Amino acid sequence: MINANLASPRQDLIYMLVFSAVILTMPLWLQPFGAAYPGLLQKFMIFGILAIGYNLLFGLTGYLSFGHAAFLGIGSYAAVWSFKLLSMNVIPAIIFGTVMSGLFAVVVGYVCLRRAGIYFAILTLAFAQMAYNLAYSVLTPITNGETGLQLSQQDPRILDRMFGIEATSSLPFPNLFGITSAGFYGFYICAAVMIIVFFIALRIFRSSFGLKLRAIKSNQTRMSYTGYNTRPFLMTTFVISGMYAGLAGSLMAVTDPLAGAERMQWTASGEVVLMTILGGAGTLIGPLLGAGIIKYFENIFSAFNENMLMDAFSFLPDWMAEGVAAFLGLFVGDGWHLTLGLVFMLIVIFLPGGMMEGLQRIWKLIRHGRHKRDHQSKSQQASAEEA
Amino acid sequence: MSKVVLDVSDVDKKFGGLRALSDINLQIEEGTVNAIIGPNGAGKSTLLNVIVGRLPPSRGHVKFNGQELTGKRPYEINQMGVARVFQTPEIFPDLTLLQNAMVPALAKRDGQFNMSILKSLYHEAELREDAEQMLKDLGLIEHKDQLAKSMSRGDKRRLELAMCLVQHPKLVLLDEPTAGMSRHDTNRTIDLLKSIKEQGMTKVIIEHDMHVVFSLADRISVLAQGAIIAQGTPEEVRNDPKVKEAYLGGEQL
Repeated sequence: MINANLASPRQDLIYMLVFSAVILTMPLWLQPFGAAYPGLLQKFMIFGILAIGYNLLFGLTGYLSFGHAAFLGIGSYAAVWSFKLLSMNVIPAIIFGTVMSGLFAVVVGYVCLRRAGIYFAILTLAFAQMAYNLAYSVLTPITNGETGLQLSQQDPRILDRMFGIEATSSLPFPNLFGITSAGFYGFYICAAVMIIVFFIALRIFRSSFGLKLRAIKSNQTRMSYTGYNTRPFLMTTFVISGMYAGLAGSLMAVTDPLAGAERMQWTASGEVVLMTILGGAGTLIGPLLGAGIIKYFENIFSAFNENMLMDAFSFLPDWMAEGVAAFLGLFVGDGWHLTLGLVFMLIVIFLPGGMMEGLQRIWKLIRHGRHKRDHQSKSQQASAEEA
Repeated sequence: MSKVVLDVSDVDKKFGGLRALSDINLQIEEGTVNAIIGPNGAGKSTLLNVIVGRLPPSRGHVKFNGQELTGKRPYEINQMGVARVFQTPEIFPDLTLLQNAMVPALAKRDGQFNMSILKSLYHEAELREDAEQMLKDLGLIEHKDQLAKSMSRGDKRRLELAMCLVQHPKLVLLDEPTAGMSRHDTNRTIDLLKSIKEQGMTKVIIEHDMHVVFSLADRISVLAQGAIIAQGTPEEVRNDPKVKEAYLGGEQL
């Protein structure tokens, strides 16, 4: 922990370079895992941003928000509106989505941060469900209700018209100064944004601000008797976290320009909690890992079906293969949530620090083993010399 | 008579029908060690809570260096230079000892709120050295990278003291600093408190242990049933018949 805090700027630079390289080469090294297609890669980045931002709040201050899906939805709606009204360029869309979520976070934070613990969680959940229901009912003129907000050729797109970019015969697609944001281009746009916001998160973790947030998580009473007004700290973090979620939401619209209210449902809020805890709350990389793994299994496991299982177990006698396939069938396809639930339970019970704790333990075991071997070989040398 | 740092005047505190404090008048002079003693339930901790802003007084005022403390938030009072050590150690259990000492030092430097993320902790060498020096003074330096929750109770109390002292406060309030400590640890704490001769630092100690009180205090105030029944030097208090009757119950000092 202390080592992570006192990483030198040089170490951080190397860290960021390695991190960027790993992210940008994902289309290559994810090929063997069958995950190197743009749709999934974009999701890795988008949910990665969501989880990084969520972790700033939950991992550092310990405030468990159950309403981050609302920020995600607002970011999406705002981005689509930016496409409709201003321009198909992704930059105004991202800025608009992030800012709108930030404003909403100011309101939600102002109310919810009056309470801590379970009450805070319930308040944020209430806000998110309110946003979800409003999107379906009263706010239909803005959200287009159940159909979802979509682009149309009649949209004004003021900035585009101003610069003489005329709509083609088909629906326009978001772009970055002419480069489309579909497919791998979309992935690289998301990846670039993700690397930037990861860097910001890294700065927060390394700064005195991050240390103070951790101190708030550890003992808020002591904080106020130590001379800190904790409310603005929590408020700032909540708004930053909400903006991360809004950014993720706007990137969803960038890669697929429509926005629906289902994005704001409480299950989506729950998902980011799972991602963060699964990977390791309070660690830098953990939430990203959690987001990646959940999205990977969601796509890969849910694509399995019983026929594929039957094929896989065709070497067994028929009756046995059928039984095994029927049993395993519970865990794949639509039942992949069962697998996720079991994995989550195992992690929480045996590795409360998430997968990062698991990795750390393995690393320690390896180092310990090596240390032991060194020790043994040294003592052997010593005895040989004595002889 | 030197300057009065803390001036408690006519303070009452009522909890429903219970009058926990009545007409408390207490003047504490700069640089002195003041003990507040009294039997259980006399209102010692209540008085301390009123001073640090945890409880608002029902009537009366508390002034620190001429500034009103009544109605101020605990963090504002701390920023004015009043630090408090609790009866049960209030530390940051999930942080290392060094981080525990750095957080208060940062509060002193950055004020009640600061969100700059431009400077990494790696570059805060001066601040870290201050914190390390304080841990060294209190004999905790060899544990600086351990989590505070893994320390013994006595070490936690010393850590909390370090966290207060690293802010170089003008006034320190200690709530039973030796409660639950062994004789050996108690003596160590007394030596420690004696050795801290920060310039102009004033101390107020609430204590049960007469050994501690008489080895440290310059002045003693005796609280019984929410009222101050005697004030003075240890000698004066020791010989006060009212104190003997109300508090010491004939115990030989």
